[in-house]
Amino acid sequence: MLSTQDWIHAPLGVVEEKFAAAQKGSSPGWEAEVVEFFKEQLKEKSAQSLVPSLNDVPLHYLKPNSLVKFRCFIQDMFDPEFYMGVYETVDGPTDAKMLHCGKYRDVAECGVDFNSKNTVTAERQTFYCVPIPGENLWVKDGYAGSSQARVVASTSYVPSRQKRSYEEDEDMDTQPQKQAHAGLQGPTDLQSNADCKRQETEAPPTQAASASHLDLNFPLPGERGPACLVKVYEDWESFKLNDALEVFGILSVSPALSALAEERDASSSFLDPTEGMETAEEQRVHSPPASLVPRLHVLHAKPLQHNNPLLPHATSDDNGAFLSSTVAEMASVRAELLAYFTHVLLGDGLAAEFLLLHLLSSVYSRRDALPLGKFTLNLSGLPAASYSERLYQILQQLVPCSWYLAMSLQNMNQTRLRPRKDYTANRLVSGSLQLAQNTSLFLDETRLEPGQLDATGVCNVTALGNVITWQKVDYDFNYHQMEFPCNINVLIASEGRSLLPSDCRVHLEAQVTPAHLEEYLSSIQAFPQTSSQLNRFRIYLSVARLLDYSISDQMTKYVEEDFVEMRKDDPQGVSADDLHRMLVVARLLCLSLGQNHLSRDGWLRAKHMEMLRRSRMEQHQTVNGNEP
Amino acid sequence: MSSPASTPGGRKRGRNANPPTPNSEDPTSPPSQRRRGQDSSAGDLMPMPTSPATDLLSPAAPQDTSLFSSPRPSGPNEVDISSPLVYGTPSSRVEGTPRSGVRGTPARQRPDLGSVRKAPQVDLHSDQPSADNAVASEPSAGQNLVIWGTDVNVGTCKEKFQRFLQRFIDPTSTEDENAGLDLNEPLYMQKLEEISVVGDPVLNVNCRHVQSFDAELYRQLICYPQEVIPTFDMAVNELFFERFPDSVLEYQIQVRPYNALKTKNMRNLNPEDIDQLITLGGMVIRTSQLIPEMQEAFFQCQVCAFSARVEVDRGRIAEPAVCRNCNNTHSMTLVHNRSVFSDKQMIKIQESPEDMPAGQTPHTTILYAHNDLVDKVQPGDRVNITGIYRAVPMRVHPRQSNVRSVYKTHIDAIHFRKTDEKRLHGLDQDGEQKLFTEDRVQTLKELAAKPDVYERLASALAPSIYEHEDIKKGILLQLFGGTRKDFSQTGRGNFRAEVNILLCGDPGTSKSQLLQYVYNLVPRGQYTSGKGSSAVGLTAYVMKDPETRQLVLQTGALVLSDNGICCIDEFDKMSDNTRSVLHEVMEQQTLSIAKAGIICQLNARTAVLAAANPVESQWNPKKTTIENIQLPHTLLSRFDLIFLMLDPQDEAYDRRLAHHLVSLYYQSEEQMEEEFLDMAVLKDYIAYARTYISPRLSEEASQALIEAYVDMRKIGSGRGMVSAYPRQLESLIRLAEAHAKVRFSEKVETIDVEEAKRLHREALKQSATDPRTGFVDISILTTGMSATARKRKEEVAQALKKLIQAKGKTPAMKYQQLLEDLRGQSETVRTSSCL
Repeated sequence: MLSTQDWIHAPLGVVEEKFAAAQKGSSPGWEAEVVEFFKEQLKEKSAQSLVPSLNDVPLHYLKPNSLVKFRCFIQDMFDPEFYMGVYETVDGPTDAKMLHCGKYRDVAECGVDFNSKNTVTAERQTFYCVPIPGENLWVKDGYAGSSQARVVASTSYVPSRQKRSYEEDEDMDTQPQKQAHAGLQGPTDLQSNADCKRQETEAPPTQAASASHLDLNFPLPGERGPACLVKVYEDWESFKLNDALEVFGILSVSPALSALAEERDASSSFLDPTEGMETAEEQRVHSPPASLVPRLHVLHAKPLQHNNPLLPHATSDDNGAFLSSTVAEMASVRAELLAYFTHVLLGDGLAAEFLLLHLLSSVYSRRDALPLGKFTLNLSGLPAASYSERLYQILQQLVPCSWYLAMSLQNMNQTRLRPRKDYTANRLVSGSLQLAQNTSLFLDETRLEPGQLDATGVCNVTALGNVITWQKVDYDFNYHQMEFPCNINVLIASEGRSLLPSDCRVHLEAQVTPAHLEEYLSSIQAFPQTSSQLNRFRIYLSVARLLDYSISDQMTKYVEEDFVEMRKDDPQGVSADDLHRMLVVARLLCLSLGQNHLSRDGWLRAKHMEMLRRSRMEQHQTVNGNEP
Repeated sequence: MSSPASTPGGRKRGRNANPPTPNSEDPTSPPSQRRRGQDSSAGDLMPMPTSPATDLLSPAAPQDTSLFSSPRPSGPNEVDISSPLVYGTPSSRVEGTPRSGVRGTPARQRPDLGSVRKAPQVDLHSDQPSADNAVASEPSAGQNLVIWGTDVNVGTCKEKFQRFLQRFIDPTSTEDENAGLDLNEPLYMQKLEEISVVGDPVLNVNCRHVQSFDAELYRQLICYPQEVIPTFDMAVNELFFERFPDSVLEYQIQVRPYNALKTKNMRNLNPEDIDQLITLGGMVIRTSQLIPEMQEAFFQCQVCAFSARVEVDRGRIAEPAVCRNCNNTHSMTLVHNRSVFSDKQMIKIQESPEDMPAGQTPHTTILYAHNDLVDKVQPGDRVNITGIYRAVPMRVHPRQSNVRSVYKTHIDAIHFRKTDEKRLHGLDQDGEQKLFTEDRVQTLKELAAKPDVYERLASALAPSIYEHEDIKKGILLQLFGGTRKDFSQTGRGNFRAEVNILLCGDPGTSKSQLLQYVYNLVPRGQYTSGKGSSAVGLTAYVMKDPETRQLVLQTGALVLSDNGICCIDEFDKMSDNTRSVLHEVMEQQTLSIAKAGIICQLNARTAVLAAANPVESQWNPKKTTIENIQLPHTLLSRFDLIFLMLDPQDEAYDRRLAHHLVSLYYQSEEQMEEEFLDMAVLKDYIAYARTYISPRLSEEASQALIEAYVDMRKIGSGRGMVSAYPRQLESLIRLAEAHAKVRFSEKVETIDVEEAKRLHREALKQSATDPRTGFVDISILTTGMSATARKRKEEVAQALKKLIQAKGKTPAMKYQQLLEDLRGQSETVRTSSCL
């Protein structure tokens, strides 16, 4: 495994080797070769897990200039920068000239000859990346766990509790006894170990951040983790804002980067017209200290289709086998999950069904402005306020990414939901609605109290409405708005009808008498759920979302006929919107059963569910009288 | 190689070829290694020109042979002019003023051409003792000398440019800058004349003109702006002072090229563009304070008070270590207030939203403006800037030997052109003109030639929304708009060319979807919701800029959608206050603002597409439109078309609807792709028609319109109602024009009028039908009440009057009692809601 160590610990060596070979004239396409080499090395999942991850190993334990991976979310895109792709240095005393490769580096060697004709300027793009917002604990632990089990032997991570300088770090690469210890850890210890490791990951940046007042610009409040400046060298046009990625790249934490920024202020920029022009804020944002915001030079990046550590990556070979094995048992897992939800939702089976469908929904395409496949659920009639929170905690255990927004007046008036461009610092100041795709957004309307929404509040409510109806967020660019499509599953919990629009509203009918409610609620948490069962649920939810789906011509005809019939019976009650909804419900229902096409049975079931839901709504309409 | 085309015979330098450098055939991409811009910062060591060898040596040889064979050596005068000593620093120092003709006028420094002024560009072959012996031995080689690192021969270049100035004529010029100039005379000579009168020593040169006149010169200008522009300066000044020897200018004329075709989009900038002349479009987002930049440092010896001036070279001052007078070391100190400074400003521009690919954030670029360009633009302005793209390496830190291997890039601005400025005055052709390729135009024309183009386009519009063909047709016509007519001569001002449409109908009939679609389709669309917008948000508001403390006018949705479409959802939920601002916009197409010391009238030539829900949430077919949506009729009458979007409730319709929706959910990617293409075509089609087609009424069409109008008036007159007003006639004209535009026809013909009539009638039938009588009654829309309703109202009033009179003189009357009596008296009154 010596070679493995090499390309992980000193990837620049590989780059240099190829570069040197190219200089001798053997291969002009050395850049492509480098990329290809790493892609090849990383093909195996086992190889991938050998690479330490920035997400769960504290930065100061990672070796500079080594290969690391980072599971991240593109929060902002900076301007492209020009760098010296190839440059020549002159050695002072001997006057010997030497060509160097500047790719995948931040700092050039000493004595650069700027007038050399061999200099090649190249372009790269910088993305500001943060950990995926709203990522739930089990996801983090899952990733950390899977990498820890095999990685310890090769990473520089040593569970000692002291901070050390980078130099020392390199020396301590091999510590046999510690490794042995780590290797012996059983799966039970794993969790706790990962836990304390995570705390460590999080602790240093936050302390440091508070010390330097550096806002790392996380979309959601209370997020932690490393932010990273990711430098992309190849087809950066293919990346989009808010993409979730897994990048493999060379870590660069050269203190020179931060020193440059700090000392700039000290030295007078009077004679230096080109620098000192950027504002201090911009300087701070665009070149933060490398100890806080490391740089990552990308060798290989791939978009994450899902963020579930329990699923194999879409690219790997065993993917197909995994899928077919899970699809086979989907029906049984569904039944289990349904029973669980029914229990959680106070015995309401219908609401449980809809909740399950909601968790599977995803915008799969857009027609004109219309997003298809979204399924916003409004659960109304929730009992005590604390119930919604508990419900969220349960969902948190099941979906990879989620966020809870209590729609209290204060929250609505004060939080910034829409991202906004800050021209002083020249960055996109994140807002809570800047979320990765398929993030679950839980809106707790039971927290809303009467009062006045101010301008921000109105904006925020409009923004939420836009997310729900059009699945888009208008980012505020001060002089204009820019529309960014999103794919967020919105679940609204409310007492009555929500003030926000929704695709489907289900009024909860609790089977539990109010007297026993308290007791019942407290027992929800304790509902027996083994981790293996939970994992089955998690896999189920992610897989069902990834399935393909189609409607046969025959079914099309059938649905059309059926719709016409329905209209005949009840011309007022059935509209095009209802057909839209039923088609989505039928789609989700089939997917939830592991079928990838619409079946007659599925359609009838969807119709039946819709009917039950409607009749329940009508019931409440007559009871409450305040329905439209 | 290119000999200067058509050299006048009298000239001395007959056929001197330009040095054919390797890249001279290739106007767009010089090798990216060419790094003159960043050869700074290598310490105090003045870098010897190390690299030009490859560029220059090879061409030099063949060059010489041609020179040898040339029978006429150049005159001494010419050699003098093209002497590098003069040309190398033409604008740098006062004493560098070239030629006698430019006498007293000082040359002003041009920091916009870069701090690299003193770069080794003066190194011609002849000056180089070491390198090219062949040339160095040639005393009269002046003609073939080129500026180091380029293929620019100063003499030739100058001559070419002078010829360009003297001869260039652009008879088709439409730029407003050229207004008042005789288009058949040499354009730039007139501009020079203007300079002599006005005294503003700036000559703006359209690069496209240069290109059409002399492509080679254009290429040089684009590739070596730093060298070529000073040459142009010189050429202009010579010409100018030759012609107007007596004129006094503040400083020498500076040439400012603009409209270089190099790059239009910030995203396309790449390392190859460094040091080239580029034109970028974008929006100013930040401007810095004014920065005084030292041009010349003044040093004084503290021992003997001897003074020395040192010019700033690439941002550095070579501080004299020894006083030349008293030979003391380190005795010279800088005297700030005797140094020379120039103005400088950092400006940041951001990509315009239209240029951006979806899902990415806009790029920004730093720009430096110098001297009089400082404060020319404000944040928020849309500008086209022309300048030189620069890259400077991150500086070596004094205490550090490492360099960041990253360059900082910026643009030295040479010319600003605001793109939105003109929109305040007139029609903006320039900024909006999308460039259509020949192929595209051909496809569009083919499409237009099809007989069913109208139906085709209508069905391509919002395909996800089912049926409502007439509404789609109406919106299609709205997208095209009528022809703009200017009656300001006769005092009526501009006629509205935009078609306004109101959609009302049951909730859930995809009105909002239609609006969203339109908003996404048009380049300058705005989408607002009546509930969420205030009058201020729609029009414009004045706010204090937190930084400058200046009052700034912030424009709202209506102004922003000038020349576009403003989509207003939930029109009925808008407050009356807000709605009132629409009155002016929807007929006069302007917005008047008088607040906080700002009184102005902004253009808001926007078409309004509004959607309204009925008051009772369901459309009540027993009521009129007005009663259903409760909008003031003054506003309603400003809509050309009012459509009802109702659920038709019919089986065949249901079936088609179901089919349509289901297919929406299962259509494959390819089919979607097709559709997407359709949308792009539609966009281009509309853009093309809007820019290039302006149909006029033909004779028959006018007759048909007159007839149609008379017919409309007749319908009502029989029953004592007015069924059409001049506004309806105007609507008809607009619609007919729009329909002609759809056909790409420059003439409005009878078929256009027919369709306009049909659509108008269709819309009227839906919205202005009196539910009591079943007749179309336009007065429902214009006065808010149908003729029958008014008649009935009068009857009731009559009856009431009679009743009261009959009661005789009673001091007070009970309201209830009166009502009872009245009811008893008249049967017809019972149903009336007038009481």
